[in-house]
Amino acid sequence: MLLDDLANRCGEWLRGSGPDSDIVMSSRVRLARNLADFPFIRRCTDIDRANIAATVHQRLSTIAEFNEATFFDVNDLETIDRQFLVERQLISRELADSEGARTVAIDQLENLSLMVNEEDHLRIQVMKSGFSLHEAWSQINHVDDVIEKQMTYAYHQKLGYLTACPTNVGTGMRVSVLVHLPALVLMQQIEKVFRSFQKINLAVRGLYGEGSQAMGDFFQVSNQITLGKTEEDLIKQVGDVVPALITYERKAREQLIRDNQQKLFDQVSRAYGTLQNAQQISSEETMHLLSKVRMGINLGLIGDLEIPTINKLFIHTQPAHLQKISGMALDTANRNIERANYLHTQLRRTMDN
Amino acid sequence: MNCQKCHKPATFHITDLTGDELLALHLCADCAKEYLNPEEDESQIDAPTLTNLLTKQLKLGQTAEELAELDNKECPICGITFFEFRQEGRLGCPYDYTHFADELEPLLVNVHAKIEHVGKTPKQGAYDAESQTELIRLRREMKKAIETEDYEAASKLRDQIRQIEEKG
Repeated sequence: MLLDDLANRCGEWLRGSGPDSDIVMSSRVRLARNLADFPFIRRCTDIDRANIAATVHQRLSTIAEFNEATFFDVNDLETIDRQFLVERQLISRELADSEGARTVAIDQLENLSLMVNEEDHLRIQVMKSGFSLHEAWSQINHVDDVIEKQMTYAYHQKLGYLTACPTNVGTGMRVSVLVHLPALVLMQQIEKVFRSFQKINLAVRGLYGEGSQAMGDFFQVSNQITLGKTEEDLIKQVGDVVPALITYERKAREQLIRDNQQKLFDQVSRAYGTLQNAQQISSEETMHLLSKVRMGINLGLIGDLEIPTINKLFIHTQPAHLQKISGMALDTANRNIERANYLHTQLRRTMDN
Repeated sequence: MNCQKCHKPATFHITDLTGDELLALHLCADCAKEYLNPEEDESQIDAPTLTNLLTKQLKLGQTAEELAELDNKECPICGITFFEFRQEGRLGCPYDYTHFADELEPLLVNVHAKIEHVGKTPKQGAYDAESQTELIRLRREMKKAIETEDYEAASKLRDQIRQIEEKG
């Protein structure tokens, strides 16, 4: 598998299928694991890091679960390729930006990714389209069992799986759902919802994790506690708020239509028009407008455009993707022009049909 | 003119004196409100950083001398001091959870409320914590021996490491 082959595909998190996928984009589970016979990453020498990367690659490439996976040496990748993997949510910014021996294994379907030498020796992640936390957990649980047969994890009788940061100790598990909540944002209800989540120990982040803005009205809801609860409890803790969130967002959408359908239709149409006709456009503005159009399609206000097309545009208009697709290295100003061109072509084509 | 932050029409034109420089801003009503009345970042309040949490916790009921002594406490396996952990918020090796157990416990209670793992356990029964941490320690000592050009010690350490690795 080559990175360039991925560029024209959508990737799992924006496939836009699965249960309640008009609101829940994707479900994700990640496990933090460390090898027992090495120090944690911050105290690793260059040799330790290289040893860890080599050991993991050697032991895992022989087993069935990783047969079809591709191992990328992140240190050897160009900056744009690293950014490309971050945009696809296959590696973290931390792994992209750090130094020294580090790798990622990615399976064909882009469901599974295994980062080596991130904050912990191993960060295993499984991502599924739509609201599918249980499927994600059962896959990652199996992968974890298989890896554990190949190497000894740092594990403590009382504290569970040991992690570099004490905030991840115990299960080492982060469960998250990526939700699209444009109506709650428009109604200025979003803060209220998230404040109530924080009270029950759920964290809310933007699309690209910690510290990132809530781009395009996408939010990630995840557990904060990792110790003293079972994995099933954590799945339930995050999963339990999702139906309520879906109800709030649907109600907010209905309310927007009831209050002033014409105004909403106007906003959606203007967003659509700008995306079709802009001559230069930033990725932030693109996300913002695509979000409105996505809601417009879901509400039946736009009839000539399909959700998968919009989902694809969310990722293809990101800086690294745009450059990969156009096959050129572009600075910000030129990207804005190329992005407008790309949107123009993609959205005009749908109109002409 | 459009708002510098969000591209909506700018209706507020603000000139701000920051340090010695004049800063001209053109903002829409929403962004201007946010600029003039910055709300505190909620995520910062509700998810205090680990290092802040630690500092706050340590200041309670400890004298400066006790703190200094604690900061100097060093893990015999990976060599990290408590001070380094406090600064970076990341531990140095699995054994730190044992060596700094008393210091970490209040922090774990603060973050997780509970301190006993009840989830999944590794199925492999043959886990031997002692020989694993021993490996971390020996590798570190070997590196030090090489650095100080004590090759005799280094080669002894290498043999010891090989012995443990072969057993595992």
